[in-house]
Amino acid sequence: MTDQSTDRAPTASRPLRGHVVRGLSDRAVAWIFIGPTILLLLAINIFPLIWTIRLSLTNYRANRTAEAVEWVGLRNYQRILTDPDIWHTMQATAHFLIWTIVLQVLIGFTLAYLINKKFRGNDLWTTLIVLPMMLSPAVVGNFWTFLYQPQIGLFNYVVGYLSGVDPSSFSMIGDVALAPWAIVIVDTWMWTPFVMLICLAGLRSIPESIYEAAECDRASKWRQFWTITIPMALPFLMLAVLFRGIENFKMFDLVVQLTGGGPGSITELTSINLKREAFEKWRTGYASAYAVILFVTVFGLASIYVKALNKVKQR
Amino acid sequence: MKSRLLMAGASALLMCGLAGNAKAENLTLCWASWDPANALVELSKDFEKSSGHKMSFEFVPWPNFADRMLNELNSGGKLCDLMIGDSQWIGGAAENGHYVKLNDFFDANGIKMSDFIDATVTGYSEWPKGTPNYWALPAFGDVVGWTYRKDWFARPELRAEYKAKYGRELEAPQTFAELKDIATFFQGREIDGTKVYGASIYTERGSEGITMGVMDVLYSFGFLYQNPDKPYDMEGFVNSKGSVAGLEYYKSLYDCCTPPGSSNGYMSEGIDAFKSGQVAMQMNFAFTWPGFESDANVGKGKTGYFVNPKGPDGKQFAQLGGQGISVVSYSEKKDAALEYIKWFAQPDVQAKWWTMGGFSCLKAVTLAPDFPKSQPYAQAFLDSMAVVKDFWADPSYATLLQDAQKRFHDYVVAGNGTAQEALDGLVRDWTQTFEDDGKL
Repeated sequence: MTDQSTDRAPTASRPLRGHVVRGLSDRAVAWIFIGPTILLLLAINIFPLIWTIRLSLTNYRANRTAEAVEWVGLRNYQRILTDPDIWHTMQATAHFLIWTIVLQVLIGFTLAYLINKKFRGNDLWTTLIVLPMMLSPAVVGNFWTFLYQPQIGLFNYVVGYLSGVDPSSFSMIGDVALAPWAIVIVDTWMWTPFVMLICLAGLRSIPESIYEAAECDRASKWRQFWTITIPMALPFLMLAVLFRGIENFKMFDLVVQLTGGGPGSITELTSINLKREAFEKWRTGYASAYAVILFVTVFGLASIYVKALNKVKQR
Repeated sequence: MKSRLLMAGASALLMCGLAGNAKAENLTLCWASWDPANALVELSKDFEKSSGHKMSFEFVPWPNFADRMLNELNSGGKLCDLMIGDSQWIGGAAENGHYVKLNDFFDANGIKMSDFIDATVTGYSEWPKGTPNYWALPAFGDVVGWTYRKDWFARPELRAEYKAKYGRELEAPQTFAELKDIATFFQGREIDGTKVYGASIYTERGSEGITMGVMDVLYSFGFLYQNPDKPYDMEGFVNSKGSVAGLEYYKSLYDCCTPPGSSNGYMSEGIDAFKSGQVAMQMNFAFTWPGFESDANVGKGKTGYFVNPKGPDGKQFAQLGGQGISVVSYSEKKDAALEYIKWFAQPDVQAKWWTMGGFSCLKAVTLAPDFPKSQPYAQAFLDSMAVVKDFWADPSYATLLQDAQKRFHDYVVAGNGTAQEALDGLVRDWTQTFEDDGKL
């Protein structure tokens, strides 16, 4: 039998020595380590957020610093929420967001499923597929404007060749009906590989033994797909949706290069509209209120989504 | 002894060098990145020789020019000592203290504003408009005008066909109605085995393109920014019957006679369309004209130039472009910057500026007897500068411009609503802006 009292004695005294390192408590040491990070966060995240909220309640204009700043209360918020043009940009953003996510998840998962099968040239195909996401969005936007050019664009030529219509008879980025789809197509082309990679990670994390057990139980491939593959890859899929959702909610560069928000305002997403208010019209107070509304929207939706994601993971 | 002499010589050289450096400054001039800016770099070498100052340049492409430079001014940046800023910036730059007021400097150096083309003084230098308060020296005169394919217009078979169809000669149009007839005539036609189109016009959404194009037409249809007797009273002036007809005309021209894919085109797209032989006529600022003369495809007499045509009631106006040169108030080298302006205002420098492709605003240059014959486009430039009007130059011009961009693009390119609705909406937007500014 071990003498517990003698064993415990040194361990009991250890915390006393460990608590004080050259006069500092564990708590103090912890604060020293996380202090700079917290200060940095406060300086570049929390303080600007509080400042933005404060500005949103004023008529401040950053290009007229000499003018007196008036307190306008919730007037900026009221104007934004009752402005049909703002709701139009919200609709344009929702259209872009929903369709890009749907297409990227469907195509990305399909590609991941196919790439996950062992075949010759697997690595080469993976590399080729992920190439678009390695390019700069500004570059992608620029060269797609050429691809969409009605007279010399490859996209129009291919569509014309396959459908028989005159390639110069339609303009993907100049037509009100086509422009919202033009930006969806480019974003899908660029970011589907990203979704594919996440899905691939999910598929490769499923243990082979589960499929072997299903085979023993004579489960069909279709049944295996719906009862093993999809449920086990679902957290990864949801993560991809979260990433793409957040990214596309703030989409700016690609669409500015492609359409500049036009024709008219049909592809003017919230981020483009916000930039115009803040840095072209210089309505800083108004733009701050706009930014706060967008922040609350994204933060709220993301929080709900993350809770759902956690529930799926716990299943 | 020898070493002492060497030491003394070296010291004298060093002293001379230091004395020279104390006066010489390194000045930075900010402007848009375009052909005239390159000409100014060459021209400024004369200033470097005569003054001992060194010139640096910060040029930004047109689509980002206003964003970049207004940010610089608004933040009190010291990057630019001299700014060749757009005409519409003058109100904001004057009221927000970005530019140095030049009246005393002009008086002290014998620079008279009456020596410059009147419209350019009003457009580029004065704030408030119509008052003798000067914030810039007219630097580059510019105006929206038109180019046309003179060689196509001269073809006998096309002339005969046009005359049979429209009952008049195929010449540079005098009215907007004629312009549309000619554009329709050329639209989709095959010339030398290539399909060509009627006209290239401004449709750009992001910065100021479509507004410059639409206003260029609207003025001649009777558009007024405000009640001449009651400032900022816009109802019935901005959205008058004439304005509505003008906007409908612009849309019909866009729909009938522009090349496919012209939904977001401004200066460079217009240049490309014209130089590549895609269009018979092209709306563009006069600064583009020297480039056509030297082009292999459209130069050597193939290009003609004409003033913005007349509206239905015979009124004729054109959209002012161009810029004045100002001294930035945040500069620490204001004296040297003023020296540059003094040098630039000299008649011989202005004459050289014109020969290098810079559009001088000095009357001594433009009213010289040989000026109209000095370049194929000189007469069209002179005639255009006589009928110019400019967009709002108020401190809120950027907001007013963005409202116009949205309303015009929504109607003309996207085809949403009617011209009346677009202009009524514009009156509402502009009224809101002036109310926010406390002017209404």
